[in-house]
Amino acid sequence: MADTVADVHQHETHGHDDHHHDQGWVSKYLFSTDHKIIGMQYMFTGMFMAVIGGYMAYVFRMQLAFPGISVPGFGQVSPGEYNALITNHGSIMIFWVAMPVLIAAFGNFLIPLMIGADDMVFPRINRLSFQVFFLSSVVLLGSLFVEGGGFGGAWTSYPPLSASGDYNQTHLGASLWLIAVALEFVAFLLGGINFITTLMNSRAPGMKAYDIPLVCWMIVIASILFMLSVGPLLAGAVMLLFDQTLNTGFYDPARGGDPILWQHLFWFFGHPEVYVVLLPAIGITVDVMATFARKKIFGYKMVLYTAVATGVLSFFVWAHHQFIAGIDPRMANVFTITTLLISVPIAEMLFVMIATLYGGSIRLTTPMLWALSFMAEFLIGGVTGIFLGASGADIYFHDTYFVLAHFHYTFFPIAIIGTFCAFTYWFPKMFGRMMNDTLGKIHFWGTIIPFNFIFIPLFVLGMGGQHRRIYNFQHFPEIAGPEYFQLRQLATIALLVMLAFQLVFFYNVIVSWMRGEKAGKNPWKANTLEWTTESPPPHGNWPVDELPTVYRGPYEYGHPDREEDYWPQNLPG
Amino acid sequence: MFESFTMAQASTYAADIDNLILFIGVIVGIWFLLAEGIFFWLIWKFRAKPGEKSQYLVGKEKHVKKWITIPHALVLVCDVFIVIGAVRVWYNVKQQLPEADSTIRVIGQQWAWTFQHPGADNELDTGDDIFTVGDLHVEVEKTYHFQLQSRDVLHSFSVPVFRLKQDAIPGRSITGWFTPTQTGEHDIQCAEICGIGHGVMAARIHIEDANTHAAWISSASAATTP
Repeated sequence: MADTVADVHQHETHGHDDHHHDQGWVSKYLFSTDHKIIGMQYMFTGMFMAVIGGYMAYVFRMQLAFPGISVPGFGQVSPGEYNALITNHGSIMIFWVAMPVLIAAFGNFLIPLMIGADDMVFPRINRLSFQVFFLSSVVLLGSLFVEGGGFGGAWTSYPPLSASGDYNQTHLGASLWLIAVALEFVAFLLGGINFITTLMNSRAPGMKAYDIPLVCWMIVIASILFMLSVGPLLAGAVMLLFDQTLNTGFYDPARGGDPILWQHLFWFFGHPEVYVVLLPAIGITVDVMATFARKKIFGYKMVLYTAVATGVLSFFVWAHHQFIAGIDPRMANVFTITTLLISVPIAEMLFVMIATLYGGSIRLTTPMLWALSFMAEFLIGGVTGIFLGASGADIYFHDTYFVLAHFHYTFFPIAIIGTFCAFTYWFPKMFGRMMNDTLGKIHFWGTIIPFNFIFIPLFVLGMGGQHRRIYNFQHFPEIAGPEYFQLRQLATIALLVMLAFQLVFFYNVIVSWMRGEKAGKNPWKANTLEWTTESPPPHGNWPVDELPTVYRGPYEYGHPDREEDYWPQNLPG
Repeated sequence: MFESFTMAQASTYAADIDNLILFIGVIVGIWFLLAEGIFFWLIWKFRAKPGEKSQYLVGKEKHVKKWITIPHALVLVCDVFIVIGAVRVWYNVKQQLPEADSTIRVIGQQWAWTFQHPGADNELDTGDDIFTVGDLHVEVEKTYHFQLQSRDVLHSFSVPVFRLKQDAIPGRSITGWFTPTQTGEHDIQCAEICGIGHGVMAARIHIEDANTHAAWISSASAATTP
């Protein structure tokens, strides 16, 4: 990896000779090759999909708490619709929210700005990446409205259920869902190539490997993990598509196929995928914590190395999703060991976060609250994962609501808290204005408190034996008692409260965007390079002759040699 | 309120699994409280105060680094204990197969469970086998082997009171075991999504004492014999 100074600073080679002529609205905002605009396109598409995913959660949570009612804004939920809702909620939140927002939106917006480049190295591939992603979103949403309805075989899409319309009764929906997912992977492969190449080749003069802000490193490591893991799944998806449409038998045991093969291919991708979205979220929170604790990261290299270690280990843990799936039981022992080992680097990252606070001067701004809550909430997701990684305990917990609550305690901090943390922190840079801090804090508490009231009851229900993907529990007398229903209703009401508070966020965004206080170049007094240019940055990020040069690492806060408590990377001396 | 959410321990290994869960709960609970406690204490202790600058700590010196490396090593030690506990339970439930008193067959299909009981001669695939849909009858304190099969898609044979769960795969017959320890009637779930009827794929397990079970066998045999 490029450890030396990137001496080629490629601002002339990027096709930015069109800096100064005016572009029309369409070519500027819809077919732009500017990394900032593409980042915004990803962000707003991702947020739009998040609203749809949230609406789906609202509908099926209403059905679970009050079975059989006509859900306002949807109507009565049939079992087929219920399955389609949970399947697409999961797919959307992971593939169309977490990935586009955390990796693509912030990767696009931040990487060139933070490493002092005027754009990505392949701006047109970047544009293609978004276009393919947009197409995948349209295909996915379209799949909900075809004959038979959206695919309802869970986001894991296990064959034979997913492989045959006779079994899932959503012949077209299943194929479109699969095509949408495959297209989304193509988009992220294109984007990932760009992130990796840009970080390696376009860094500002003087920026060595250990001067790169961690969030950039994390997005690039995530992109590498994604590239290495997605191949087997894409191959598997093509075989599944053939099974669905050409009547082949890759996963059909009657014709020599094996349904378990899909599970291996899926989870060989699926588990690294967790870290693909986790690492950028950790990068974001670590950066924000350093800024608002006014502290150097306690062990920059430790975070970096543990991220790489986590990435490597994540390729050897996939079968913990399959302990009871009919794999050789001896294999479970191996995967229990590798799975529990992964707790070591993750714990170390969290220790570094905690240690970074020591000796700081902590300002509880809205982005800092999000960053701190990431740590506090993700820890719950982390420790509950131990129960599931331990094969013996997983026999009971597998496919119960305990699993569901566990991964929501990891994915919610990643995808929602991580996004809000980054969005509120870089909003001044994106739009040139400050967000309203009071509204921001109301939104913060209105999200975090209900979040815990949604998922802690689900842990209890899971321990009580409530299993997943059931649209109505009345057929199971032992989990249909009144206590169970009270907890389900508590979770649903908490969800309604949390969704209502999101209106505060959208209101805040719009009002701050229109009338917020002007931010200036560096409102948070931060060190990294994106804060050395205008807010919002112009096309090309810096004037051509003023591209920054880097003299030090990104986290030099509270340095004893300086009067100010920060020391921007681009200041000589 | 939590009594409503604790389930009977109705198999020989149910208590082992519960104890493993409790053991892990204690270990991770201590870590959790410790980490959150220190975390919130640091946030309070190092809150911004006017005129006070933050400290410049690099985290490279050994005496500072130990705050990371020691907990790091302790996590590893805890992992070892959890692995040992998990593998012991796993080996007992899934890897070894004790001698069976009787063998049953469990067949999943969209969207019902069919149970094949061995009947009076205690042998499967003979003329007096008893087939039922949705009701499994077993005798308490007897060790059973089950042969789990599926006719179409994946299902999962889940008996929460036994703490037992095993996926059923079309084209395969998966053998497992259980020994019921107390009589009663409990839920059997399908724990793997299997289509639009997944939510109605319920069954009941009837754990009976020897007399009741024998009576059920003779009455069920009488009912099926033409």
